Amino acid sequence: MNDTITSNTSTINSVNDLPQDEKKVIKPFLRLSGLEPLIVRPETNFLNVGERTNVTGSKKFARLIREGHFEEALSVARQQVENGAQILDVNMDDALLDGEMAMTTFLNLLAGEPDISRIPIMIDSSKFSVIEAGLKCVQGKCIVNSISLKEGEQKFIEQAFICKDYGAAVVVMAFDEYGQADTEDKRVTFSHRAYKILTEKVGFDPQDIIFDPNIFAIATGIEEHNNYAVEFISATRRIKELMPLTKVSGGVSNVSFSFRGNETVREAMHSVFLYHAIKAGMDMGIVNAGMLQIYDDIEPQLRELCEDAILNRRDDATERLIQFAETVKAKGKVVEKDETWRLGTVEERLSHALVNGITDYIDQDTEEARVKYPRPLDVIEGPLMAGMNVVGDLFGSGKMFLPQVVKSARVMKKSVAILTPFIEEEKLRMQAVEGGEIKTAGRILLATVKGDVHDIGKNIVGVVLACNGYEIIDLGVMVPAEKILQTARQEKVDIIGLSGLITPSLDEMVHVARELKRQDFNIPLIIGGATTSRTHTAVKIAQEYEHGVVHVLDASRSVTVTGSLLNKALKPDFLEGIRKEYKQLNEAFKNKKQTKQFLPIATAQENKVKIDWANYKPVKPNFLGVKAFTSYSLAEIAEYIDWQPFFIAWELHGKFPQILSDEVVGEAATKLYGDAQALLKKIVDEKWLTANAVIGLFPATRVAADSVRVSPATSEVQLEFLRQQLKKAPGQPNFSLSDYIAPAENGYTDYMGGFAVTTGVGIEKWLEKFEAEHDDYNSIMLKALADRLAEAFAELMHKRVRKEFWGYASEEHLSNEELIKEEYSGIRPAPGYPACPDHTEKYKLFEMLDATANTGIELTESLAMYPASSVSGWYFANPEAKYFGLGKIEKDQVTDYAARKGWTVEEAEQWLRPNLEYDI
Amino acid sequence: MKSLQDCANERILIIDGAMGTMIQRYKLQESDYRGTRFADYPSDLKGNNDLLNLTQPQIIEAIHKEYLEAGADIIETNTFSSTTIAMADYDMQELAFELNVAAAKIAKKAAMEYTAKNPDKPRFVAGAIGPMNKTLSLSPDVNNPGFRSVTFDEVATAYEEQIQGLHEGGADILLIETIFDTLNSKAAIYAIKKYFRRIGQEPLPIMISGTITDASGRTLSGQTLEAFYISVMHANPFSIGLNCALGGQQMRPYVEELSNIASCYVSCYPNAGLPNAFGEYDEEPEDTACIIEDFAQSGFVNIVGGCCGTTPDHIRHIADHVKQIKPRQKPELAETA
Repeated sequence: MNDTITSNTSTINSVNDLPQDEKKVIKPFLRLSGLEPLIVRPETNFLNVGERTNVTGSKKFARLIREGHFEEALSVARQQVENGAQILDVNMDDALLDGEMAMTTFLNLLAGEPDISRIPIMIDSSKFSVIEAGLKCVQGKCIVNSISLKEGEQKFIEQAFICKDYGAAVVVMAFDEYGQADTEDKRVTFSHRAYKILTEKVGFDPQDIIFDPNIFAIATGIEEHNNYAVEFISATRRIKELMPLTKVSGGVSNVSFSFRGNETVREAMHSVFLYHAIKAGMDMGIVNAGMLQIYDDIEPQLRELCEDAILNRRDDATERLIQFAETVKAKGKVVEKDETWRLGTVEERLSHALVNGITDYIDQDTEEARVKYPRPLDVIEGPLMAGMNVVGDLFGSGKMFLPQVVKSARVMKKSVAILTPFIEEEKLRMQAVEGGEIKTAGRILLATVKGDVHDIGKNIVGVVLACNGYEIIDLGVMVPAEKILQTARQEKVDIIGLSGLITPSLDEMVHVARELKRQDFNIPLIIGGATTSRTHTAVKIAQEYEHGVVHVLDASRSVTVTGSLLNKALKPDFLEGIRKEYKQLNEAFKNKKQTKQFLPIATAQENKVKIDWANYKPVKPNFLGVKAFTSYSLAEIAEYIDWQPFFIAWELHGKFPQILSDEVVGEAATKLYGDAQALLKKIVDEKWLTANAVIGLFPATRVAADSVRVSPATSEVQLEFLRQQLKKAPGQPNFSLSDYIAPAENGYTDYMGGFAVTTGVGIEKWLEKFEAEHDDYNSIMLKALADRLAEAFAELMHKRVRKEFWGYASEEHLSNEELIKEEYSGIRPAPGYPACPDHTEKYKLFEMLDATANTGIELTESLAMYPASSVSGWYFANPEAKYFGLGKIEKDQVTDYAARKGWTVEEAEQWLRPNLEYDI
Repeated sequence: MKSLQDCANERILIIDGAMGTMIQRYKLQESDYRGTRFADYPSDLKGNNDLLNLTQPQIIEAIHKEYLEAGADIIETNTFSSTTIAMADYDMQELAFELNVAAAKIAKKAAMEYTAKNPDKPRFVAGAIGPMNKTLSLSPDVNNPGFRSVTFDEVATAYEEQIQGLHEGGADILLIETIFDTLNSKAAIYAIKKYFRRIGQEPLPIMISGTITDASGRTLSGQTLEAFYISVMHANPFSIGLNCALGGQQMRPYVEELSNIASCYVSCYPNAGLPNAFGEYDEEPEDTACIIEDFAQSGFVNIVGGCCGTTPDHIRHIADHVKQIKPRQKPELAETA
């Protein structure tokens, strides 16, 4: 500190001699804010005001609000933000609603959602009392939509003053006392009149005034309506000339109102309308964020017809558009294959194929381009990269979703594969000449760390990054640190990305970070995968390596993170930001720990789950011992699939099956589901995968607080469990799985079981095939389906155990939904997961079941199962048994556990690290 | 006599330091807080510093004078919690108005005395409007994020009463300070506009001072500094600035940012560093002054002083260090975008 001070004192006089011309200038921009600022500069692009949080515009939102499902209604808002809305329009004008109350409740809830409330709110109502109720809930500078001269000057002034007192910008509708402005002149004069009153009598800043000069429906069949869009557009131009600091907005979907029900035509009309209105100066519009079609992508005939109607260029424009609309409707948008794109140039066709993920013609189009361009490389750097840039932009702005991007990548890969032999040949020919390398945005090494076999997420990241022009070196799964570092050095990679799904992988990532430091690397490290977290990265990994460690939540974030890391100008600030954030997380983590209270292990053991063992009658299993099942019917297994996690794997979030009709991702989800069903049918019909399982049911006795002795036929095995130590609310037990097994002193035998299932046997051959075909889409799809099948198999076997093999619930009749919700009696926790996080107990499980011989599942050194599509665990039948998470444990339990396992305390800490309450 | 505006144009103005820290030095007991008037009051009153305006006015006046002696141009009334809502903690809601009038009168008397001594350096009284103990943007119940313990109208009404008391007691400025929830401050702005429209007068100059709680650079209610600034600009404030939560060192980047974006004057009165392990502020007056001097040298500030842990000694050093340095120039407001 003192250094800074001295050096500053020495410059006392010089700073004050700053030349006067360095005086700062503040410009009259419209400035809005949520948690973050939104400044509308002349160069700012058109602003999307999200319209779906409007009960008059969205049936779904209206229903949720009417039924009081406000929390769920928030997801509509979140989708709008995720799809690129920069302002959120909130409207509660419904006769059945208490508007003030609904507005207040929704906005208060919204304030608690930083990912939504970061953008400014537009409070939208025709009732001023509802607007004022909204103004009382919003901390940022919002927009009132709207006020007008409808009820005369006095009322207008009164309402404008109120808006100003709350610090809001206003939308002024083009009304006067006699009605709505419906001509160009009226739109301009009404707006100008309002402007003069606001600026001269109320003291409004011109930049805080937004005009809505009324977008009306065109092509209604009524001749007077035909010129409405034209007049809106020219009025916009005049308003902006006359009052340059003001803004122009409007409800865009009005323009296509007469085509409701026909989204193809409506979206095209919106795009064409905006294309012209924005050129005339329209600054923002209320739109369904994410649903705007790209002007250039509108099918040319439809675009032409829309232009005719919007610009009122022909007398028969309406008729012709209606005629076209009927054909679109009759054809049914989904089924009909539109092949008109085949008429374009080869560049247009390649771009279309990439954006739409069509591989049908890629061979011939690539060949045509190769012949047309001087060098094969030019095809990649030219039309292919251009197409992928479009994909990247659309994905980045929420207009495309992950499954579509992966399909685009498949097209790209196929095309590149066709070109590669020619590039190689050319390289040989021009060996001396430089420039034979494909220029990439950067080279990224990806690997699933040693001991872990899970790679769906990593592969998706690879595909998405490749789409954005990065060269990906994917080392696959179970990659030791040394190989990662060696490859990174040889290939001169720019970034290393590590992935992992099981908890021991976290330690392995720490190890890689340490090695990077020890070997003097200076490239950034990206961390991802289901078990990783920002907090773990901040607290454990980032500490080990100072050249940038960044946690990436999902594939879509990986692009921005990579972009920032490889941009020399952005990188220092970006890393500094991350560093600060992680430092805080670190501190928060440390502070948080102090607030929780933990019990000594002996006390926790006393507070076990209370089960009346004296009056308990364990059900003796119908068979004792081990039973193996090989080549189980995939068709039967498939009936038990829980689809929701499948969509999550593809980063489509929502409940199944509602997600298929979701307003935003519904189309992508439906397509994905269709593709999945088709592939699943092949897997089942053609027996691509082999499903094997083994179950075992054994006598079991609790022999100590957290130890259970199991007696298979051969020898006795003692299982060791862990117990929650966090101090619980009165009446809440400190759970341990051992609580569900009867203690010895009751004089009867209790039972428990174990299982291991896999549906991944034989998957390699098909993955290789897809890889050879450059088909990441189907490769990822197959893995995701195999994972689902494995979970389904576990569910199916558990049901059969309950009903027949053990038979404690022979009367159970549950639907698949009820199974998914785990509404049955008894649990099947897996070693390595929250209730029993010690992975090494899996050795005992596998030994008792002879699982490797019976199923083909092998354990890696980190206790991951290979094939990856495998599930194993314990069976507990006690009706009191339920799932829980162990949470953090204290050193006294670790010491005790180490003694029970025959480990040193250090070994125990190594395996239990994620659950340790203390630092080691 | 020179107006506040004139003074701000020609030099960096000094605002006083902590009131609480100074009151602590008197080691007051329950009976001192109660005085004779509240000897039999049913609730505990020790710690109700604002009550001292009524029961120990000579102490408050003496503290004001220490700060005026140290060189403060602006002194803050002892009214951080003098609203019906904050006073509810002591069951003294009905005293809120009286506290504000009394506090403003004490401060005004002291300020006028010093102005009279040296009319070239007029002294001003800023009526302090605190953030309240209830917030409009945050739910006190984690399980019910939509819940609010108070409404905008209740907050605005409480502030309007405080503002009227401060105005009638003679405050020259209204200072909305230690803002951690922007919506509360918007209610205060709303109340100021409403009150002055009601009595048909031009509003007093408004100073706004927000609080960045930590290195995230955001207010407690989650706004970035610029978002906060945009949210309160409709007050057309005399100054915008930062106080509390951070020491000067931690505050530097935010003061710099404000100085870049603010169209009005910029103020800054940090804590005396960050609290040590015992929760005490131990930054020496000379150190605080050097940090603030750097702000001044960098052209960031127009009004400087201290918050928690600062003393007349800190203010004296600060005043001394910045007296030769020109104030930040307000940016030019362009007419076209």
